[in-house]
Amino acid sequence: MTIAATLDRPLIGVPTELARGRGGGGPAPKRIVVAYGFWIFILSDMIMFSALFAAYAVLSGNTAGGPTGADLFNLRNVFIETMCLLLSSYTCGIGVLSAERGRPTLFLVFAIFTFALGAAFLFIEATEFAGMVAKGAGPSRSAFLSSFFTLVGTHGVHVASGLVALVYLVAQVIVHGLQPAVLRRLLCWSLFWHALDIVWVGVFTLVYLMGGQL
Amino acid sequence: MNNPEHVFDDRTPGVEEHEPTASYLSYTVGLGLAIIATIASFIVAQTNLLWPPGIPVGLIVLALAQIGVHLVFFLHLGSGPDSTNNILALAFGVLVVFLVIAGSVWIIANLNSNMIMPMPTQ
Amino acid sequence: MLGKLTWAAIPFNEPLPLISMAVVLIVILAVLGLITVKGWWPYLWREWITSVDHKRIGVMYVILGLVMLLRGYSDAIMMRTQQAIAVGDAQGYLPPDHYNQIFSAHGVIMIFFVAMPLVIGLMNFAVPLQLGVRDVAFPVLNSVSFWLTATGALLVNVSLVIGNFARTSWWNYPPLSELAFSPDVGVDYYLWPVQISGIGTLLTGVNFVTTILKLRAPGMTYFRMPVFCWTALATNLMIVAAFPVLTATFMMLLLDRYLGMHFFTNDAGGNQMMYVSLFWVWGHPEVYILVLPAFGVFSEVVATFSGKGLFSYRSMVWATLGICVLSLMVWLHHFFTMGAGADVNAFFGIMSSIIAVPTGVKVFNWLFTMFRGRVVFTTPMLFAVGFIVTFVIGGLTGVLLAVPPVNFVVHNSAFLVAHFHNVIIGGVVFGALAGINYWFPKAFGFTLDDRLGKASFWCWLIGFWLAFAPLYVLGLMGMTRRLQHIADPSWQPLLLVAEVGAIVIFCGVLCQIAQLYVSIRTREQRRDVTGDPWNGRTLEWLTSSPPPAYNFAALPKVESIDAFWQMKRKGRAPVKPTYEAIELPHNSPAGFVTAFFATVLGFALIWHIWWLAILNFVAAIIVVLIAGWSIEREEEISASEIAQMEQAR
Repeated sequence: MTIAATLDRPLIGVPTELARGRGGGGPAPKRIVVAYGFWIFILSDMIMFSALFAAYAVLSGNTAGGPTGADLFNLRNVFIETMCLLLSSYTCGIGVLSAERGRPTLFLVFAIFTFALGAAFLFIEATEFAGMVAKGAGPSRSAFLSSFFTLVGTHGVHVASGLVALVYLVAQVIVHGLQPAVLRRLLCWSLFWHALDIVWVGVFTLVYLMGGQL
Repeated sequence: MNNPEHVFDDRTPGVEEHEPTASYLSYTVGLGLAIIATIASFIVAQTNLLWPPGIPVGLIVLALAQIGVHLVFFLHLGSGPDSTNNILALAFGVLVVFLVIAGSVWIIANLNSNMIMPMPTQ
Repeated sequence: MLGKLTWAAIPFNEPLPLISMAVVLIVILAVLGLITVKGWWPYLWREWITSVDHKRIGVMYVILGLVMLLRGYSDAIMMRTQQAIAVGDAQGYLPPDHYNQIFSAHGVIMIFFVAMPLVIGLMNFAVPLQLGVRDVAFPVLNSVSFWLTATGALLVNVSLVIGNFARTSWWNYPPLSELAFSPDVGVDYYLWPVQISGIGTLLTGVNFVTTILKLRAPGMTYFRMPVFCWTALATNLMIVAAFPVLTATFMMLLLDRYLGMHFFTNDAGGNQMMYVSLFWVWGHPEVYILVLPAFGVFSEVVATFSGKGLFSYRSMVWATLGICVLSLMVWLHHFFTMGAGADVNAFFGIMSSIIAVPTGVKVFNWLFTMFRGRVVFTTPMLFAVGFIVTFVIGGLTGVLLAVPPVNFVVHNSAFLVAHFHNVIIGGVVFGALAGINYWFPKAFGFTLDDRLGKASFWCWLIGFWLAFAPLYVLGLMGMTRRLQHIADPSWQPLLLVAEVGAIVIFCGVLCQIAQLYVSIRTREQRRDVTGDPWNGRTLEWLTSSPPPAYNFAALPKVESIDAFWQMKRKGRAPVKPTYEAIELPHNSPAGFVTAFFATVLGFALIWHIWWLAILNFVAAIIVVLIAGWSIEREEEISASEIAQMEQAR
C-alpha cells in the first residue's frame, strides 16, 4: 500500500477507470457501500468503548475502601465466558459463509449454535453481576465498581442486542430467503458480532486478567 | 478470476471471495490460533511462567495478537491495494482509541500527582 | 404515575418565560393552522417530512438552524442587556438563577442546534451534487439523523415551558451537574436532548464518510474531488471519532444521576477531571467539525467569484487532513489551569500552536486565489473577505491562548469569550451565511436579493466587532465570563458598546429575514434558468435549479479537478445522451416516527416517568425493526420519463 495508490495516477498498467477502490469506476456496488458504512459505524462503537476503557483505567484503583477486582473476579467463569464468545464468533463466521454460499439450512444450524453460545455468555455474566450485587459490591459502591459494571455491562448489552438482531435476521432468512438484501444484513451482523469478540479480548485482558493482579 | 478488473475491485471487511475451502479453513485456523492465545493469556496471568513484572506487557501482546487474528481470519482484513480504505479506517480508529485511552491516563495521572492531598480512596 | 412532573413545573410566577412561551405557542399554532387551512399537509408529508432526498433534508437542517439562531440570539441579547445595566448598585432584570440557565442554554443551542445543523445542512445539500451522484449512501438513515436532531432541539426548548434548563454552563461539569448539587431536571434537559441528537449526528458522520469514499461519479478520484467534499470528509471523520466519546461521557454522568454510580461524584472515588478531559476530547474536534465545512464553503466561493481555480489544491487537501488528525491531539488547552503539570501543559500548548499552521496555509491559498483573479463582490464573496479578516484575528488570539502562561491570565475571562465568538461567528456563521447565499439558487431556482444580502453582511460584520472587541479589552482588564452582575463601574462603557453591537447584529438578522421575504416576492425577476448563476466550477452547477430528484440523468464522467469548469471550456457534447431507468429510494416515515418516539422517550426520562419511557423505547425499536424488514425499497423512474424531464429543462 503506497501513497501512489491514493493519487489520481493509476497503478502501473491499470487505467483509472478500472480502479474502483479509488473512485475510478463510479459509485461502488451496494454490498460494498453497506459493509463499509457498517465498518465505520463499528469503529465509532470501538471509540465509544475506548472512552469506557479509559474511565476504567483511571478509576480502577478507586475502590473507596470496598472490594477490589482480586476480591471479586472468578477467572474460571471468565475463561468459560471467553470460550463461549470465541466459539460463537466461529459459528457466526461459518454460518454467514454458508448463507453466502446459498446453504440456508447450514446457516440456520450455525445461527442456533451462535445464539446458544451467546446466551450462555450472557447467563454467566448475569450470574456474576447478580452475585456481586448480592455481596454489596454493586455499581454504586465505588468508582471502580461503577466503571467495571458500565464497561462490562455495556458490552453485555451489545451482546444482548446482537442476539435479538440474530433472531430478527433468522426470521428474515426464513421469510425472504437468502436475497442480496438479507445477505447484506447478515454480513453487517457478522461484522458486529466479530467486533464484540474483539472488545471482549480487551475486556478480559485489561479488566479481569490484569485487574486480578491488584 | 485474475483479470485486472477483478484485482482492483473494491473489498470490504468480511466479504467472501475466491475458493470456498480456503475461507472455511481460514475461520478454523483463526479459531485455533485464538484459542491458543486465550489459554496462553490465562496461564500467563495466573502463574509465574512469565517473569512477573513482564506480565502486563505479555498480556497486552497476547491481546493484540488475538485481535490481529480476528481481523485477519474472521474479518478478512488484508493488506492488498483493494483493502486500502478498510485499513486506513482501521488505522484511524486505532489512533483515536490510543489517544483517548493513553491521553486520559497520562493527563489524570499527572493531575493526581499534583494533588496536594493524596488521591482519596474513600 | 407522572414521575417528577407536577403543575409546579410550569413557571406561572415568572413573567419572562411565561410570556415568551405564550408568544412561541401562538406562532406555532398560527403556522400549523395556516398549513391546515391551506391543505398543505399531504404535500408537506410527502415532499418534506418523509423525504429521504439529501437536498430536502439539507434544506430542513438549514431551516432548523436558522430558527434556532433566533432562540440563541434572544438568549444573547438578554445577557448583553443584563450586563450593560446591572452595574454597581443596579441589579438588572435577570436574577442569577435565570441568568445561569440562559448562558447555559445559549451555548447548548448555538453549538448543537444552530451551528451543527447549518453545516450539516450545507454538506447534505451540496456534497452528493458535487460528487456527481444521486444521493448519500444511506438516505433513510439521513432522514433519521435529521429528525433526531430536531427532537433534541424541541426538547431543549420545552425546558423553557415545563421545568427549567441546566444552570451548569454548556459544559455541564460535575460535581455541579451531579444529583447532589443539581437535583432538579435542568441537567437532564441538557443531557438527554444532546445525547439523542448526538446519535443522529454520529449516523450522519457514518453516512457521509461512506458517501465520499465510496460513491463518486466515474473518474472522480480523490484528487479530483472539490475541496468542499474534502472538508466534508475530514469533518465527518472527526464526527465519527469524537461523538462516541461524548455519548460515553454523558452516559457515565447519566448513570451517576439515575443509578447512583460514582464516575464523577465527590465521594466513593469519583474523579471529576475525568469528565473534563473526556468532554474536551470531544469538544475540541467539535469546533473543527463546525469550522471545516465553513472553510470548504469559502474555498468554493473564493474560487468561483475570483474566476480562478483554487490556488494549490493539494496543499489545501493536506492541510485539511492535517487539521483532522491534529484536532484530536490538543484538547487539554481547554483546561490548562486545572492542575496539570508543566510537561503536560507544554505538550498540548505546542500541539495547539502547531494546529494553527494548516489553517494559515489555507488563508494564504485563499488570498493567492484572489490575487490576479477577476473578483466579483457578491454577498458570498463579501462574507468570504469578512471571514478572512475576522477569522485571522480570532485565530491569532487563539494562538495566544495556546501559550499556557498567557492562558493562566485570561482563561475563562471575557477575552476567551471574545476569542471563541470571533472564530465561530467569523468562521462558522459567516461560512454558513455565505453557503446559504451561494447555494440558495440551486436549491430553490432563484437567487436571493443581493442588496439586502450585502446589508446583512455589513450589519453582521460591524455588529460583531462592536459586540466583541470590547470583550477582549474587558478580559484583559480582569472581567471573567458568565457574570450576572458587574461590580466595577469602569467596565460599563465597554459593555454598552457591546450592547450596541448586539443590536446591530440583530439588524443583520432582520435584513436576512427581509432578504428572504423580498426574494420570494420578486422571485420571477431572479429566476435561475441556466442552473449556473455564478459561472461555477463544480458539478452541482451542471444540474437544473432546483435539480430533479435524481440529480443527474446520467452520471457525469469526470476527468479533472473543477470538472464542470473543464466541461464548459471544452464545450458539452452535442450528441443526445441515451437515458436509462433510474432507481430512487421510496420516501420513508421511519425518521419522523422514530424521532417522535425519541422525543416522548426523552421527556419521560427527564421527568422520571418510567412506564412512558419504556413504552416509547420499545416503540422506537419496533419502528426500526419494521423499517428494516422490507426488501424492496426503491421505485423506478423509467427512461422515457427522464427524457421528458430533461427536455423540459
